[in-house]
Amino acid sequence: MNAAFFIDAIITVVAVTTPILLAATGELVVEKSGVINLGVEGMMLIGAITAFAVAFDFGPDLGDFAPWFAVVCAAAAGAASSMLFGLLVLTLGSNQVATGLALTIFGIGLSSLIGAGYVGMTVPSFDSVFPDWLVADPLGRVLFGYSPLVYFALIMVLAVGWFLNRTRSGLVLRAVGENDLSAHSIGYPVIRIRYAAIAFGGALAGVGGAYFSMVITPMWAQQMTAGRGWIALALVVFAGWRAGRLLAGAYFFGILMTLELYAKASGFSFLPSQFWAAMPYLMAVVVLALMSARNVNRSDAPACLGRPFLPSS
Amino acid sequence: MSLLTRRHFVRTAAVGLAAPALLRGARAAEPLKVGFVYLGAIGDYGWTWSHDQGRKQLVAALKGQVVANYVENVKEDASAIPVMKDLAQQGNKLIFTTSYGYMDQTLEAAKQFPDVKWEHCTGYKRADNVGTYNSRFYQGRAVTGTIAGMMSKTNTIGFVGSFKIPEVVMGVNAFTLAAQAVNPKITTKLVMIDTWFDPAKEAAAAETLANLGCDVIAQHVDSPAVLQVCEKRKIYGFGYGADMSRFAPKAHLTASLDLWGPYYISRAKAVLDGTWKPDDTWWGFKEGILGVAPYSKAVPDNVRAAADKIIADTKAGSYEVFTGPISDQSGKERVPNGERMKDADLLVMDWYVKGVQS
Repeated sequence: MNAAFFIDAIITVVAVTTPILLAATGELVVEKSGVINLGVEGMMLIGAITAFAVAFDFGPDLGDFAPWFAVVCAAAAGAASSMLFGLLVLTLGSNQVATGLALTIFGIGLSSLIGAGYVGMTVPSFDSVFPDWLVADPLGRVLFGYSPLVYFALIMVLAVGWFLNRTRSGLVLRAVGENDLSAHSIGYPVIRIRYAAIAFGGALAGVGGAYFSMVITPMWAQQMTAGRGWIALALVVFAGWRAGRLLAGAYFFGILMTLELYAKASGFSFLPSQFWAAMPYLMAVVVLALMSARNVNRSDAPACLGRPFLPSS
Repeated sequence: MSLLTRRHFVRTAAVGLAAPALLRGARAAEPLKVGFVYLGAIGDYGWTWSHDQGRKQLVAALKGQVVANYVENVKEDASAIPVMKDLAQQGNKLIFTTSYGYMDQTLEAAKQFPDVKWEHCTGYKRADNVGTYNSRFYQGRAVTGTIAGMMSKTNTIGFVGSFKIPEVVMGVNAFTLAAQAVNPKITTKLVMIDTWFDPAKEAAAAETLANLGCDVIAQHVDSPAVLQVCEKRKIYGFGYGADMSRFAPKAHLTASLDLWGPYYISRAKAVLDGTWKPDDTWWGFKEGILGVAPYSKAVPDNVRAAADKIIADTKAGSYEVFTGPISDQSGKERVPNGERMKDADLLVMDWYVKGVQS
């Protein structure tokens, strides 16, 4: 067990954690504004197929620029699909939980439909953009050897934390999530702020999905996110809606998942393997159940989470 | 006068309409409609793609006598039953359900359509109109295991598996036994990821195995993620079910191929002849249901020769990878020297051989 062993393990943990971190950061902003969007899984898949399709179709023309463009398109597609959710929930006042689930189902179906023509294809992996000499030794690999999306995820979660806690706009967003009627009476455009938050969440979920089809396994396969969207949702609650804890929680999940694989590969899994496999989802269910239990004093949750905004004026 | 004319007209019209129907009866019999229920998409270049290749061969070989339909992406739950019933109602008289998870659904649909012949792939439940068919995938593992044993430099080979069911366990064991036969120092590190399909987890499992020193990795999961990781880490891997070299040109040494065509042709012929019986078929290299993809440039000549010998000897019947002495992980001898394991024991195999680290 030398340094190289730990470095390889860290690199695996980062790869596992990043997509969940991206989607969860986006959902954090959405929920802080008072809306719960359960459509993360669907938006991630839409982002995954969009990124892959763009990279595959325009790759030869755009060369090195292709993966960046693909990720931007994935973000746009995620945002667009979330806007559909926003329209139904904010303007038409439909139930947020049901609409979010519908968005997930829609995303799964739409991505499978679009992706049908791309099964069995592959694109170049969106790898580290740092020069080779920097990535040559193990220390270089563990610091600079990641896809740009990894650094983007880290920057985003820190930026979101700073935005929510240290800026005026972040304060307004939090106010909208805590007491929408008061914010409305002061004069803040509650609906518009929530639309913006939802779009941001959709964009990051799309980028999280793109990580699957561009970095981890550069290909498209139906439902390739395999439930990571649900883990991201649970992570937001698990982190108590705080960005710092979100970062720690995401890496905690990532370490657990990697630990499971190492334990199995080394012959040390004293727990049945099915338990390991079920654990992230069990945790997700437990956490989501706690969240919906009204008598639990969840003072961390934005007070207006899930409740439609119905101004009397 | 007008009545007579009308009656005459009606009579003539009736004869005119009836004539084609009578003539139709005299024409050749309608082609046999064959249905296929697929787990995934045809374009997966893996499990479902191979079944569809078999379907295409069937239609080509029995042109004019057979018409084939298929349904893709059918989940292994209750929603499969209406799909199967629908195929039966459309007039398909021979239906292949191509995944283990369709077992009970096939039996359910078969009860309601007793005049349709059903064939369930890799299952074990039969009925008067339900047969099962399987392929000796482990024979392909013996070939890839031999190659792995000869080409591994770290003496550690990896296996990314799905569930601990006999089909997968047989594969792990055959892979390990064949590798140990050419390199007694071989150990196999096994990771079961408890799903047939999760590309990110398959990739993470492969990365973990590579981190722990494996330099050849086999898989029993449904995406080429493991091979992509092998390519990235500059180690070797094998395709499973179909040639997956497009995803890993340098890493992909060879692949075991599922060749369902010959079986589908024989069963369709049996239905056309009227000789179809519910059977339990378990074919292998000899019968042509299993094949091996071309070796990549990285496979040296002596390794190719060894692998080809395994295939030839298996076809001749002189080689069987599950020949004793075989001990399990605790060291207990399960198969005595020289004895071959029986099919019945293979089909319930739930133990790993010595050298598998699970």
